[in-house]
Amino acid sequence: MASKLIQNYMREERLPHIWCAGCGHGILLRDVAQAVDDLGLAKKDVVIVSGIGCSSRAAGYMNMDTLHTTHGRAIAFATGIKLAKPRLKIIVITGDGDAAAIGGNHLIHAARRNIDMTVVVFNNNIYGMTGGQFSPTTPTGDYATTAPYGSIDPDFDIPKLAEAAGATYTARGTAYHVPQTVKLIRDAIAHEGFSLVECVSVCPTYYGRKNKKGDAVEMLKWQRDNAVPAAKAAQMPAEELAGKLVYGELSRCERPEYTKQYAKIIEAAGGVRA
Amino acid sequence: MRERNTRFEMRFAGSGGQGVILCSIILAEAAFLAGKRVAQSQSYGPEARGGLCRAELVIDEKEITYPKVTQPNFLLALTQASLDKFGANTAEDALILMDKSLLEPDDLGSYNVVALPILHTASRVVGKPMTANIVAVGAINELMSIAPEEEMREAVKMHIPKGTEEINMLALSEGTKLGASAKWTVALP
Amino acid sequence: MTQAANPACKRRRALLQGNEAVVEGALTAGMRFFAGYPITPSTEIAEGCALKLPRVGGTFVQMEDELASMAAVIGASVAGVKSMTATSGPGFSLKQENIGYAALAEIPCVVVDVQRSGPSTGLPTSPSQGDYMQARWGTHGDHPAVAISPWSVQEAYLETIRCFNLSEKYRVPVILLMDEIVGHMREGIELLEPGEAEVFDRLTKSDPEQASLPYDIMPQERVPRITPFGEGVFYNITGLVHDNWGFPTNSPVKANRQCTRIMKKIEKNVSDIEKYETYKMEDAQVCVVSFGGTARSAMAAVEGARLEEYRVGLFRPVTVWPFPEAALSEICERVEHIVVAELNYGQMKLEVERIAAGRCQVHHIGKVNGTILKPREIYRAIQEVAR
Repeated sequence: MASKLIQNYMREERLPHIWCAGCGHGILLRDVAQAVDDLGLAKKDVVIVSGIGCSSRAAGYMNMDTLHTTHGRAIAFATGIKLAKPRLKIIVITGDGDAAAIGGNHLIHAARRNIDMTVVVFNNNIYGMTGGQFSPTTPTGDYATTAPYGSIDPDFDIPKLAEAAGATYTARGTAYHVPQTVKLIRDAIAHEGFSLVECVSVCPTYYGRKNKKGDAVEMLKWQRDNAVPAAKAAQMPAEELAGKLVYGELSRCERPEYTKQYAKIIEAAGGVRA
Repeated sequence: MRERNTRFEMRFAGSGGQGVILCSIILAEAAFLAGKRVAQSQSYGPEARGGLCRAELVIDEKEITYPKVTQPNFLLALTQASLDKFGANTAEDALILMDKSLLEPDDLGSYNVVALPILHTASRVVGKPMTANIVAVGAINELMSIAPEEEMREAVKMHIPKGTEEINMLALSEGTKLGASAKWTVALP
Repeated sequence: MTQAANPACKRRRALLQGNEAVVEGALTAGMRFFAGYPITPSTEIAEGCALKLPRVGGTFVQMEDELASMAAVIGASVAGVKSMTATSGPGFSLKQENIGYAALAEIPCVVVDVQRSGPSTGLPTSPSQGDYMQARWGTHGDHPAVAISPWSVQEAYLETIRCFNLSEKYRVPVILLMDEIVGHMREGIELLEPGEAEVFDRLTKSDPEQASLPYDIMPQERVPRITPFGEGVFYNITGLVHDNWGFPTNSPVKANRQCTRIMKKIEKNVSDIEKYETYKMEDAQVCVVSFGGTARSAMAAVEGARLEEYRVGLFRPVTVWPFPEAALSEICERVEHIVVAELNYGQMKLEVERIAAGRCQVHHIGKVNGTILKPREIYRAIQEVAR
């Protein structure tokens, strides 16, 4: 029997999902639903927007208003929805390639505006949907179908990128750390302004296989054994942190939120919001 | 039988930032307020300041089909470069209004030339070089009777920043005086 | 008619630039969201929206790029707000990705393209009509297209309203294919009084169960009624080929059904969408076909040639896509020559040749040097073929 959470938030008739056995995305999808449920948000006030790629198929499984957009553009579509109906809570589900490569410009500018939305990046370190090409988060030296000699590209730290661009809440969770990740997504949604949670997923089919990381269980065990809570990481020397995965809340600050700022413009111009 | 030609073509030329486009817009607005049909346009390069700048205005009592100027019946030139470039291409009976500081080229398209101290009047009499285009509007309207005085003042007010009414009205009347001083010397096209 | 003339008319009269008239038309049609990116020669549209939208409670946003502004416009429309963006050639190329999305997902929106000389960055301040084919086939895949090209400031105002109405009615992105000639020209126009304009708002489904099938077509209709996001209906929208529920499908039957229907909803309603004008075509042996700002030169050339006793007329498509095919086809039966006058290397000529199908000779006069076609150049072309 499906859990209450699945009954309430998933389109059961769309399941099972298309993700490979062992993919971390299914866990993360559930984390997002759990966070929405924990916050007690009315489903009619939430819109899920996604781009293109493995991650972005998540939207279609959620029984809410869901918009599956074009590659990289989810945040830009979401900006239009939020500005048109500011009462809506927008959750963007995107991937590492979608958010940080083809959609990198939209990510940094939405962060700069501090528009209220939560971007959840399912980061599997690879382009999965197209069969295993290296992404902006594939670690340097790792293998992919387009990096047969090992990648020479330095990788992005997506939360740091978002923070530098102006995001007012950033965090990192993992597929393994379910309760912690649910809390991070929950805090991100509750935060007013642009928030980003990078969720480190596992892709045993492409990234794992190409880089001899073992099966899904091995990859999740790696997350368990190598993830360091942010608070603890802050006390650790850099050399000890090498090769570790820092998770938890990474940054938080307060800045005027964009749609609230625009409401002031409407007021100044003598208008009344339609 | 051909209909009477009521089409009147005007060209305004100068350097970007002198306000020749606005000059053409204000005259278009005034003619429109006076019940005429108008088509105003401009062409310019990438520079916001400096560079050759050209505006065009077609006024007609009838429907305007082609909205651009072919052979202007009137030319305003505020810089030497613009006079050299456009001076030769006018209708034979066109009125050419040039700033008095410019040298008159040998190959102007019309003998009907008036040189008025538009830039000087703006900077020395009105006291603001920026108002040269409004001085020009006043002079042109006095010479060509584009619109009645009231419509002309209304048109100027519609296109200037709030708080600058006084100085621009002064510029308009100084321009009108300049026009009046030369009216007897020109044959109107 | 191109210009307002009668000052006694009680309607609001104004001297406006073509681009400003587009803003006025859009506001009259109910536009309450604009997303854009600065680009010459369309920028006045963004500037006008930035100033005027908040006054009516609407929203203007300057996005980080052209792709994003097209995406934001679709997002706002999904939330139920009439939306528009404006650009020029280089930006129009960038917007094509999401124009295709709007076509497939059937999201109403209006895209203004004030054409300038291309290709690439081209001549940014110079006129052109080189995006004619891009307006039809710019985005990949087979898709419906509606594009309207005004020849005057007055028409830019009125046709912008119609662009919104068509986009709402048929749930397609509608392209207002302006050119620099009309976009930057100022003419006196009459503005409609509030309530005077015919405004069409997209239909929705009142039954919530029906509404959760967003692409399920009501009996006797061709266009889905889709309820905006945020109303508690819960459905999916995707740029993948989808079924009536809005979910991706690989079924050839369902794919064929959807891809055919989005084409047919325009094809079967051409009589409602198309618009054209003719001038002195009754006894003409030569027909000049021209659109947008260039049609002003063509009209002047035809008037001039008529004074010289040439039997020549003008055919001016207002909807350039779909092309008013039946009307031109009838003309092809009775004229000897068609001269297509356009500011490009011969794009509309291809469409005219297709329709003429050898029944009359199709000639072309074009320009790609950043200057406009002058009446005498078109007049000479008329002389040439009429000889």
